[in-house]
Amino acid sequence: MATHTSAPAPSTTYTPPRRLVLDVLHDWVTTVDHKKLGLMYIGYALIFLVIAGFQALLMRVQLSIPNNTFVSPQTFNSLFTMHGTTMVFFVGMPILFGFGNYLVPLMIGARDMAFPRLNAFSFWISAFGGFLLYFSYFGASGLYGAGNAPDVGWFAYAPLTARVFSPGHSTDYWTLAILLSGISSIGTALNIVATTLCMRCPGMKLSRMPLLVWLYLVTSSLVFVTISPLTAAQIMLMLDRYAGSHFFDTQAGGSAVLWMHFFWIFGHPEVYILVLPAFAFANEIIPVFSRKAIFGYPAMVAASVGIGFISLSVWAHHMFTVGLGPGANTFFVLATMVISVPTGIKLFNWLATLWGGKIHFTASMMFAIGFLFQFLIAGLTGIMLSVAPFDWQLGSSYFVVAHFHYVLVGAILFMIFSAFYYWYPKMSGRMLSERLGKWHFWIFLIGFHLTFDFMHVPGLLGMPRRIYTYEADRGWMIWNMIVSSGAVFQAAGTLLFVYNMVWSYFKGPIAGPDPWDAWTLEWSTPSPPPEYNFAVIPTVDSRRPLWDIKHPDDPDSRYE
Amino acid sequence: MSRNIWALLSSDFSHGSTSIFAPAGTPAHSIFSLSLLVLGITTAIFLIVAGLLLFAVIRYRHRASDANASQEPPQIYGSTQIELSWTVIPVLIVVLLFLATTRIILSTQNAPKPAAALDVTIVGHQYWWEFSYPKLGIVTANELHIPVSDPKHPTPTYLTMTSADTDHSFWVPRLAGKMDLIPNQINTMWLDPQTPGLYLGQCAQYCGIQHAKMLLRVYADSPADFAAWVARQQKPANNDATLDQQAVAGRAVFQHSVCISCHTVAGTVATGRFGPDLTHLASRDTIASGSLPNTPANLRAFIDNPAAFKPGALMPAMHLNQHDLDAVTAYLSTLK
Amino acid sequence: MNEAAVIPQTTPWVLPSRGVVGMACLIIAESAIFTIFVVAYLYYLGKDITGPTPRQVLDLPIFTSICLLSSSLSVHLAVSALHNAKRGLCSLWLAVTVLLGSIFLGGTAHEWYKLIVHDGLTLQTNLFGTTFYSLVGLHATHVLVGLIMLSLALIFSLNGSMTSKHTGRLEVLSLYWHFVDAVWVVVFTVVYVLGR
Repeated sequence: MATHTSAPAPSTTYTPPRRLVLDVLHDWVTTVDHKKLGLMYIGYALIFLVIAGFQALLMRVQLSIPNNTFVSPQTFNSLFTMHGTTMVFFVGMPILFGFGNYLVPLMIGARDMAFPRLNAFSFWISAFGGFLLYFSYFGASGLYGAGNAPDVGWFAYAPLTARVFSPGHSTDYWTLAILLSGISSIGTALNIVATTLCMRCPGMKLSRMPLLVWLYLVTSSLVFVTISPLTAAQIMLMLDRYAGSHFFDTQAGGSAVLWMHFFWIFGHPEVYILVLPAFAFANEIIPVFSRKAIFGYPAMVAASVGIGFISLSVWAHHMFTVGLGPGANTFFVLATMVISVPTGIKLFNWLATLWGGKIHFTASMMFAIGFLFQFLIAGLTGIMLSVAPFDWQLGSSYFVVAHFHYVLVGAILFMIFSAFYYWYPKMSGRMLSERLGKWHFWIFLIGFHLTFDFMHVPGLLGMPRRIYTYEADRGWMIWNMIVSSGAVFQAAGTLLFVYNMVWSYFKGPIAGPDPWDAWTLEWSTPSPPPEYNFAVIPTVDSRRPLWDIKHPDDPDSRYE
Repeated sequence: MSRNIWALLSSDFSHGSTSIFAPAGTPAHSIFSLSLLVLGITTAIFLIVAGLLLFAVIRYRHRASDANASQEPPQIYGSTQIELSWTVIPVLIVVLLFLATTRIILSTQNAPKPAAALDVTIVGHQYWWEFSYPKLGIVTANELHIPVSDPKHPTPTYLTMTSADTDHSFWVPRLAGKMDLIPNQINTMWLDPQTPGLYLGQCAQYCGIQHAKMLLRVYADSPADFAAWVARQQKPANNDATLDQQAVAGRAVFQHSVCISCHTVAGTVATGRFGPDLTHLASRDTIASGSLPNTPANLRAFIDNPAAFKPGALMPAMHLNQHDLDAVTAYLSTLK
Repeated sequence: MNEAAVIPQTTPWVLPSRGVVGMACLIIAESAIFTIFVVAYLYYLGKDITGPTPRQVLDLPIFTSICLLSSSLSVHLAVSALHNAKRGLCSLWLAVTVLLGSIFLGGTAHEWYKLIVHDGLTLQTNLFGTTFYSLVGLHATHVLVGLIMLSLALIFSLNGSMTSKHTGRLEVLSLYWHFVDAVWVVVFTVVYVLGR
């Protein structure tokens, strides 16, 4: 089995002619190659990350002192709406699907995704959705004149989104942009499932797939049953706004709570769609830098599938204060608490993987270790919120904002950074600077904790979400100032990271096919892989094919 | 520095005007007790797991100076016993927490209503609170007066809540958890402050542009004070004899402007329902839903141009001339 | 480089067909969308403040339902025929399918005409109008898309472009059509049986 194509010696005699810029552009615009599409998803997600991060900075300046007038109420309300919507739909989903697109075919020994043209279509429609959302800054006319971005909050509760309360088109931009993003996500998920089930290389039974592939399989399956309710709800919203229907029209007997149910049936599994890929990265990165196989592979698979299923039953923990009644509240408390069991299992398995290993503190691993601590804390504040009476106080307050940012930034973004440091060499052929990576880690870590640790406090002191200012007599100012100060560090860390990526592309050391001495199939190709991925489709007989090659005396195939 | 943070933290928690850790009523107390249990359990879990993580990360780091630094460590694929134990223990913790939580949910949401309870109906509006006491014939806005409740002879206040427009949420942290006000739906909750005083809160569900300035002031009055307040509120507005010339002129302006199409002043032609009831406006400490002190200067400025202070508030600028503005302010200041 | 032993391939490495898996995924996603519309329909049953109720205005669409459900059989026969390289028969059965589907759509149009013009029920009338037209309309849209695809398949069958080696693709299309029919069973039960 030839899993390592011998790379041709760097050519000294023949250099292909430089292509015209237009040719390169044409290539990228018309590509159906999963790797290029993956990179485009990641690239444009990074652009939106910077934009949405800037929106967060503006909000933090406004909130650092009470009764501030840095931005108007209208602007602030648009800022938190756009920040949330952008981060979920045009940063989180694309970046995670970008990595999935890139890695899944490589990890299962395939040459591309099952439906390459659908793949390209999914990317471009998502890109168009992002463009549409931001076009609202120019095109939407609202109550306060032209140029109004959506300002209904990222979950757009009815009836605030009805024509009468949100005249003009800003809400429509929100709805349409997300509809397009949803179509894109369903297309990509379909591709990932079909690829995983139908294009694995010989010998790769489902029980031999890398855990990343398993997690993307679960994530994609979740997408089908999650995004669709949102799509349905948004069709209903558009019908309400323009065809005079009454789905959420409370004046005609419609129900505001029905929107909440539909939205959160999407919204809660959505956060699992965002976090499962982060788990996927952890499952690949932590073993390699601990130099040990992942502890408890079957339990990891079962826990991931379990999390996927249970996540569909917890949605109304976002609605504990809506008046569902003690019966419903109790059910959702139980379901939410139950999901902590498989989640805990995963955390303990990672701990057990580290245990007895030989941990290498590369930049990638440092972010992964940060992820472990921070995900633990995020999970624990989640348990606090699952206690419905406690949520009656903490819900819709800055405690919740702190909790979910702990998950989104402290767990997911940290794992995304880790994934960048780990797979950038494969994608570009060059190593990222470890020195800059460590600076990035420490600066960002300080900023993250300054902001999000202390953000829990205003919530406990009674500060609700989505307020553009607050009274001076509440005692919230000092905490808000500390929170805002952390934002600066995070911005600095992120800029350092972007700089590292750009600089390393041109000046970084050459990576070679397998810089980390890892064990899954993508490390058997050159860096970056050729368009066809593998010269010969490999055959595998264990979960870590490269480990088997490197340790023929002790192959994994003996232990399955 | 760290000592200052802790001092700040503890004083804010125990004395903060809206701290959930300074409960002053039964619902808030039950939640507080439950929260201590939850915090205890989660802190214990954190210390154990984070401790183990920290230990692992330090103890098992790769040291180039180690004898077998270049060898791979023993590959462990799993252990049924260990995996079983860290499944069973969390399940037990979940059962414990679930039972404790259910107890409080039922005790709060299913609490039997004593005969002496006071009923208040709340309707949420963009961006103010309408409070009415159906059995007492009182309608007021933004500042809620309720009697203090003696634990031995409880006189809680039962709130029946809905919204006239978008979703809102009633949150006074020191007294109880929050409950949403949803159009076309009735929600209920109860309060029983045990110490007289002023309890602050605000709307906790994004309802539109001025969500941030939809503040709440709950006055827990001693029984005598409450009775006196009720008596004053039940009277209609001041009659002619006690008004001075400017106030009379102001009343005329008020009653001939569009003011009356939105506002009610009991006993006069003003019967508008769209805006807050102004019958006893001058008895309130604040205007603009708790966000401006109720002084003649503020009142005048607000009437002249609400958007200067609360942009997006649904009250339009009245564009009265200076003379009329002074007169109307004088009139409203007599509505005690 | 030490090569690991190649497994003697005693069992051939067979994986499911991409088209079938892809269509199954699409069907799951679409089912979720329909489920939400059905939930909305059930949630609002009996909650109308005004206007005609289901019992007052809905007639059981027996004939059109039989047509639609039979078209599942005819499309299945079309796939079989193509598999057996009987192009003419395949074209015939495809044409029957398109005809039956069109009758269904025509029937829906006729029903809606009656409801709108004679009974005064529109999307805007009340909650029943809102949920009825959106649910039945969503289904009808899916029928329309299916008919377009089936017509294309019919054209390709008639002009000889579609042969027995394309059976897999026609089968994937037929899966979509079976899904559309299955959804109709649910919609029929919820709207015309339970709801009235």
